[in-house]
Amino acid sequence: MALITAENLSLGYEGKTIAENINFTVNKGDYLCIVGENGSGKSTLMKTILGLKAPLSGTVTFGDGLRKNQIGYLPQQTVTQRDFPASVTEVVLSGCLNKCGLFPFYKPSHKALAAQNMEKLGITALADRCYRELSGGQQQRVLLARALCASTGLLLLDEPVSGLDPIVTQEMYSIIKNLSDSGLTVIMISHDIAAAVLYATHILHVGHTPLFFGTKADYLESDIGKSFVGDAGKAILGNYDTINSIFHQNGDVKK
Amino acid sequence: MDTLIFYYKTYPVITYSTIVLTLVSLCAALLGVSLVLKRFSMIGDGLSHTAFGATSIATAASFAPIYIALPFTVVAAVILLRIRSNAKIMSDAAIAMISSSSLAFGYLILNLFPSKSSSISGDACSSLFGSASIIGIKKSDVLLCAVLAALVLFVFIFFYNKIFAVTFDENFAGATGTKVEIYNTLLAVVTGIVIVIAMNMVGALLISSLITFPALSAMRVFKTFKKAVICSACIAVVCALTGIMVCIVASTPVGPTIAVANVAAFAVFYIIGVILGK
Repeated sequence: MALITAENLSLGYEGKTIAENINFTVNKGDYLCIVGENGSGKSTLMKTILGLKAPLSGTVTFGDGLRKNQIGYLPQQTVTQRDFPASVTEVVLSGCLNKCGLFPFYKPSHKALAAQNMEKLGITALADRCYRELSGGQQQRVLLARALCASTGLLLLDEPVSGLDPIVTQEMYSIIKNLSDSGLTVIMISHDIAAAVLYATHILHVGHTPLFFGTKADYLESDIGKSFVGDAGKAILGNYDTINSIFHQNGDVKK
Repeated sequence: MDTLIFYYKTYPVITYSTIVLTLVSLCAALLGVSLVLKRFSMIGDGLSHTAFGATSIATAASFAPIYIALPFTVVAAVILLRIRSNAKIMSDAAIAMISSSSLAFGYLILNLFPSKSSSISGDACSSLFGSASIIGIKKSDVLLCAVLAALVLFVFIFFYNKIFAVTFDENFAGATGTKVEIYNTLLAVVTGIVIVIAMNMVGALLISSLITFPALSAMRVFKTFKKAVICSACIAVVCALTGIMVCIVASTPVGPTIAVANVAAFAVFYIIGVILGK
């Protein structure tokens, strides 16, 4: 059974529909990229998957025993966070909260998990730094580490590279790719169709009728895929292995 | 110093008042960190006005104010929070409306149904600006206040990690299975309780100073949540104690004295923050 199944979803605010007839499935190990223009309902779709927002109609079903407290989420940054006094450790550790239940404090195993994920994302040295004083790329790594603490298999990322410079963007994509390769199921929202085509296994293109959902190869053959990516897509795909090996030659993250 | 000891020996109620005032300041400061960061400072202010309105009704009906003001304010807290999460109504305008209408109703009721025991202006003044002197705090209120304050303290410590998560990132907390609504409501209820207790002593118009100042002072200097919370609590306790001492010795009103102490603390922390920032 699929991890997530969406059937005939309609999304919108106060009766105004912004996207309808959304159907897709996500299986274990997939890397699904949701692309589309601003305002096409990408973030709303993600909030619906997460249960933060009810759909106008249609259903999202979790399969394979997936529960809400097994999902990791990287939201877009909020205004509150810009002047929030919090250390990196405090933020990462808060990802373990869904493992605490009613118990009021974190257990040593939670702290170990937080430390392990900080190590994985190369932010151990920043542990005692103040979150708001970090660079954009460092902040995203902190939030990704937090998401990993919350997740045991599914990761949802809302525009993980927005506001980052090109080099840091590439680092971020390569980190996410590694996570996906290690068996994590990833759903990512992106503006960046080129990156989506480069890294994802499946594409969902919203804000267009009819919507496209399918594998990357099908997307490049489809009309909508051709009009958005064109021949460049195939070139990218051809270079995929080359590009990937460049990243992996220099360790996991290109410096 | 001799004056202080003399007063504490002559009027045992001062000891109770000192304990309760310190506890209330402590609770207000702890919640304050979360309220300020969640942009809820104005909700605290609006609630204190609501509490004033409720107290006026209680005074007119010759009830003990706290039994009417407490449920009234807690309900108002929950409603204000709902408005806040509903994008359709402008929340700051809603708070302004509720604040001013509560003040208006409260003062009108005080004038229409004057209580026999005291003057209208005396009632209004003590509700708005707190008791004129520390001896004016009633002993019957003291025990109830102490119990409520202890409850608030317990809730804060027990749910500390949840409060952090819900304050830092509501979306993430909600998406990963934390019941955000429950903790937001809990925060609102507890804030309502603190405001009602504090109003008896420091006055409706001055409660915001207990909530916002310690948190803002602490955040000038400290950069982690835990340190900010602890520092905020310490500032509140020191300011409350200093304020009470000054009240006793100089016979000043309680509320304004503590509020001014908090302003002074903010000035000090602001300067420390600027120096450390360089």
